[in-house]
Amino acid sequence: MSSPKKIPITVDGKKYDVPKNINLVEALSSQGIRVPTLCWYKGMDDCLGTCRVCTVNVNGRPSAACTLNTTEEMKIEFDTSELNDLRKSIIELLFVEGNHYCPSCEKSGDCLLQAEAQALEMTHSRFPYEFNHYEIDYSGEMIILERNRCVHCKRCTELFTNDDGEKVFSFIGKGKDTQVVINKETEKSLSKHKAQEAMDLCPVGAILVKGEGFKTPYGERKFEKEPLWIKK
Amino acid sequence: MDKKVISTISLAGCFGCHMSFLDIDLKLLELIELVEFNRSPLTDIKTFSKRIDIGIIEGGCSNDENVKVLKDFRKNCDILISLGECAIMGGLPALRNHLTLKECLEEAYFNVPTSNHNQTIPRHEDLPQLLDKVYPCHELVKIDYFLPGCPPSGEIIWQALAALIKNDKLEISKRLIKYD
Repeated sequence: MSSPKKIPITVDGKKYDVPKNINLVEALSSQGIRVPTLCWYKGMDDCLGTCRVCTVNVNGRPSAACTLNTTEEMKIEFDTSELNDLRKSIIELLFVEGNHYCPSCEKSGDCLLQAEAQALEMTHSRFPYEFNHYEIDYSGEMIILERNRCVHCKRCTELFTNDDGEKVFSFIGKGKDTQVVINKETEKSLSKHKAQEAMDLCPVGAILVKGEGFKTPYGERKFEKEPLWIKK
Repeated sequence: MDKKVISTISLAGCFGCHMSFLDIDLKLLELIELVEFNRSPLTDIKTFSKRIDIGIIEGGCSNDENVKVLKDFRKNCDILISLGECAIMGGLPALRNHLTLKECLEEAYFNVPTSNHNQTIPRHEDLPQLLDKVYPCHELVKIDYFLPGCPPSGEIIWQALAALIKNDKLEISKRLIKYD
């Protein structure tokens, strides 16, 4: 099989040859450039671009990198102080909109939002904390929905299904009233393994498996062992 | 070199950040050669007796006394540091922020199994008045530096103090930034 056609793109003034028509985050990653992401993950082709944490300038225009595919002569700005600050601001906004009490969170140390905040050197939020209240849903058989931590990335609603291919999570409401809900019928049939898969898919601590959490000792959690800011 | 003057205080915090300060262990011997402590729970000095170079705040603002003390620190300190999650974002005390004050007090004094038998909420002019919610310090006064963590490690505290004592630019290593 022939390898995909390579095309030239420019990132921060440097030329790279990358496969044509592949996801931009993936393309940059293949060149050793790690773009911060929350809603996108490796292998995902069509990302909704809900979180905007991967914002880069493409041909002078701010765009979510995860929603774009590589095209010839793309001119990308990524590592500029303005864009780094913009991405950090987006993370800070997510911290003030939800209630992210890291010290008491089951997902702390395994949380992608937290890891991206660390990689962007966030020490505090420059925006006022909102302290909005969101109901926690304990009604699932296997899963607890901790909506105070949800960043509305849509990973769970778009990508997660039970063993029969049925969706378990969906969104209701609009704008600031948007919230994720569980389909109790399809959630009932989840195995512990599948429920854990949902918890792992969630980039924050919004989806929890009942009876699980705080299992990995401090210092051995995912992003403590492999912080995102360490170049691989 | 004149010794830098340091003051510390715990507002709505648990003193864990102060404990972490002591966790700089042997560096304390080095530190004491470079600084003197003024108003602080570590010295039990209750008022400022001179201008302070570096003020360290643990905890957010939960009552009017916290606000008064925080403003007093801002007035008397050249550099003010928010130390730990409670000072930076309210921390665990801020878990009450989605409740009204009435709900919060009724839960604490009437509804819990350990409530007092008199069924009264303590009220006296000498008692601090609770605020409507717990406020991060930087929403009330200007804060110069933030050292996150619950608690922040002894290492980040030492790194920050060592830089500020030498009038260096404070740059915190990524590996020391944590939120729990």
